[in-house]
Amino acid sequence: MISLHQVSKTFVTSNSRFQAVDAVSLDVGAGEIHGIIGSSGAGKSTLLRMINLLERPDEGTVIVDGEDLTSMTAKHLREARRSMGMIFQSFNLVNNRTVSGNVAIPLEMAGIPKKERSERVREYLDFVGIVDKADEYPSRLSGGQQQRVAIARALVSRPKVLLCDEPTSSLDPQTTIGILDVLKHINRTFGVTVVIVTHEMNVVTSMCTTVSVMENGSLIHTFKADKGNTISSEDLSRMTATQTGVKVGETYV
Amino acid sequence: MFDYIMQYQSEIWHAIGETFMMVGISIAAALVLGLPVGTLLYLCRKGQMYENRVLFAILNILVNVVRSFPFLLLVVFLIPFTRFVVGTAIGTLAASVPLSIMAIAYYSRLVEQSLLEVPKGVIEAASSMGASTLQMIVKFLYVEARSGLMLGLTTSTISFISYSTVMGIVGGGGIGDFAIRYGYQRFETEIMIFTIIIMLILVQAIQYTGSFMARVLDKR
Repeated sequence: MISLHQVSKTFVTSNSRFQAVDAVSLDVGAGEIHGIIGSSGAGKSTLLRMINLLERPDEGTVIVDGEDLTSMTAKHLREARRSMGMIFQSFNLVNNRTVSGNVAIPLEMAGIPKKERSERVREYLDFVGIVDKADEYPSRLSGGQQQRVAIARALVSRPKVLLCDEPTSSLDPQTTIGILDVLKHINRTFGVTVVIVTHEMNVVTSMCTTVSVMENGSLIHTFKADKGNTISSEDLSRMTATQTGVKVGETYV
Repeated sequence: MFDYIMQYQSEIWHAIGETFMMVGISIAAALVLGLPVGTLLYLCRKGQMYENRVLFAILNILVNVVRSFPFLLLVVFLIPFTRFVVGTAIGTLAASVPLSIMAIAYYSRLVEQSLLEVPKGVIEAASSMGASTLQMIVKFLYVEARSGLMLGLTTSTISFISYSTVMGIVGGGGIGDFAIRYGYQRFETEIMIFTIIIMLILVQAIQYTGSFMARVLDKR
């Protein structure tokens, strides 16, 4: 479903260069939940953001659902992005629109008629379990509730891929479990391919079927769990122990 | 004293009408042209979506030049332009031309500042949804910045009223001109004080309304 081939990205400021991602190749199959872990500054968020070209790689190609995003026109790329949802650590909701107003945005942009729009919005708000907050403004909601709204907004256009950039990093453990359940449910119900960047080990062990470990801009391990299983904490600690010495359950920072 | 002022009733109403016309045209210019110019300033800025140094520099300098002119000199300087646009350089409509130019420059700067306060994450979310430039502006930027845009328009309107008071110089009339001609030049202090009170009430009302609307619009 997703195929990154030898992608690199260097950030250049007036007095420094920082190679965030260095010639990384990665394949994520359809229907998988792929985790990307690594310490801060390892380049995992940059790698994720290259999948929908929020960050355009300096080199390499990005292929999603058989289409090469890196060679697309701007217009074509916008269309391709509509079949990819994304959620963020800071939720990034439009705070001056209600919950249902936020979820309706992708449908408005796609020119879907009002009646169908409100039905779809309700359907997805119901799916993430927040339909009772439809007319509230985001500032009245808790972090977990806001992330649910963001998930509904990312899903309402029925994407094939959902990109998650540290979606639970600003949430407490209990809320995190709730959000991860929603993401798992999405994966099972709609067959959406999920890529999730995190520095929390338990996020990986509770839902990921494949995982990549990044360090200093390189992908140092990729691992696939046995069919039907998620990554076990033993496998994960074996992969990460060599670099950091942290144990599973600890936050990997 | 009130009877004394009342004998100028029709002149005062007429002057208020002229002020409303000049300020109204300026507000329209600010919205129709200042808003897009401010948006363009924002978009072309370094590090923004359509970073464009040349266009940014041109707009930035233009806005600064207009705003750094002593306003009376801007009015005089623009006389040929005014004559070209409305056919005359004298009168209320003519006075609205330099006022509108100032309005565009003034409001565009405030628009730029309001848009800069929209969190980057919201813009990213918009890009990730495949928003076109127009959708980005209308569905995200203006929505998140709307209370700032409202407050900016309020501040601008009050400045336009202040600028409009000197428009007597090109026969623009207005309440400020009335105060100067009747109150100051004819030594009718009561008239002057009365008109100042009118202006004071007007400005208070505008500020109150603007702040109230900005508060209602702000759900963040």
